[in-house]
Amino acid sequence: MRYKLGIVLALQVCALSAAPLFAHHGYANYDTDRKVTLKGTVTRWVWSNPHILVQLDVADENGRVAHWTVESENPSTLIRSGWNDKSLKVGDQVTITALPVKNGNPVGRIIDVLLADGTRLPGRVNPATEVKPEDSPKP
Amino acid sequence: MFRRFVAPGILLAALIFAPCANSQTEKPKSPAPTEPGLDGWGRPIVPPAQDRKSAPAPKHDISGIWEGFGISGVGVLGATNMPEDGKPEHQPPYTAEGREALKLTKPSNGIRSVLPGETNDPVFKYGDPQGMPREDLYELRTTQILQRPDNIVMLYQFNKVWRVIWTDGRELPKNPEPRWYGYSVGKWVDDYTLVVETTGTDERTWIDRAGRPHSTDLRVEERFHRVDHDRLELTVTIDDPKMYTKPWVALDKFRFDLIPASFDVREMIWSPSEYEQYNKLMGNGSANDQ
Repeated sequence: MRYKLGIVLALQVCALSAAPLFAHHGYANYDTDRKVTLKGTVTRWVWSNPHILVQLDVADENGRVAHWTVESENPSTLIRSGWNDKSLKVGDQVTITALPVKNGNPVGRIIDVLLADGTRLPGRVNPATEVKPEDSPKP
Repeated sequence: MFRRFVAPGILLAALIFAPCANSQTEKPKSPAPTEPGLDGWGRPIVPPAQDRKSAPAPKHDISGIWEGFGISGVGVLGATNMPEDGKPEHQPPYTAEGREALKLTKPSNGIRSVLPGETNDPVFKYGDPQGMPREDLYELRTTQILQRPDNIVMLYQFNKVWRVIWTDGRELPKNPEPRWYGYSVGKWVDDYTLVVETTGTDERTWIDRAGRPHSTDLRVEERFHRVDHDRLELTVTIDDPKMYTKPWVALDKFRFDLIPASFDVREMIWSPSEYEQYNKLMGNGSANDQ
């Protein structure tokens, strides 16, 4: 009985976490005091509006694979920081630092992307309100 | 009680959600851009000069390609000068009717934010045009201004929208058929300041991303002031006696910098299919759509 109740509580947490939580431009879902380092293989590269997305498989030391989705800004903003539609492709080995979401799901906001050849692509992070001029990209 | 019933659940949830990643507690910051980007033609993107001594402003001329300063034109929390952040000083002066109308809008950002699937933001729910004045108050980015003898044409980067401001001396129409972008006339009040009045905007549009309402009585004033050759400022004032007890400034001297005429303004279109894809991949954070 008690274990059933525990499982029910866990499933409730799952259900809450699976609810749609994102509004683009929003930082409310991100833990802006933490960052995660994701070393993995790109499985999907979405260069489009409103925000670009990268999906990647990240394995831990035990071989357990997590499927992450991370976002950054829109293409129009990112091209000013050296990004373009060919910056990534499926199969690329990358190391991405990101703000994780608070609910523990494998979702994040890109701080930067380190490519296998050493190229570093900066994301943009402004957890406050994203309206500070000083945080704007300087092309 | 806690050990017997709750702890197993929490433990199980923690195991389920433990990410396969290294976690650090250092406060993240935006990294600096590494190198300038290229436009669609492979040309380097030349930024507006920030420290040059600009030539004097030409008279009666706001034409050019103007880049909104930084990202302050994004207006993610609503009108940049009046963001919906919970601060009393940032609340527009609503009438009773205005407050009731506000309750009907359900934005997906700001302190009144609802879940994306629950928003009734006409732009995000239906793909409606932003209309006026939201075009100035949300995603105001690179803007091309074409000046002709009888009118001024505004070309907005966001969603590739254009509108016409008549400067041939005509008056605003009386009781016109509502339009998304209304009807606009402009007059030079001095050599460097163009004042544009817009009326006749469709009631379905929102003032800004925060869902501030308006009625058919809305009157929008845009004040374009050319500071010097390389700088333009835009101030937007909202006047709608049904919704607001007095006019309020939604955008105050928003800065535009002139960029080279050869600059190719990039498309920035939020197509419904791309937005649906974004919501699908990010909306529930499951990241399992392969």
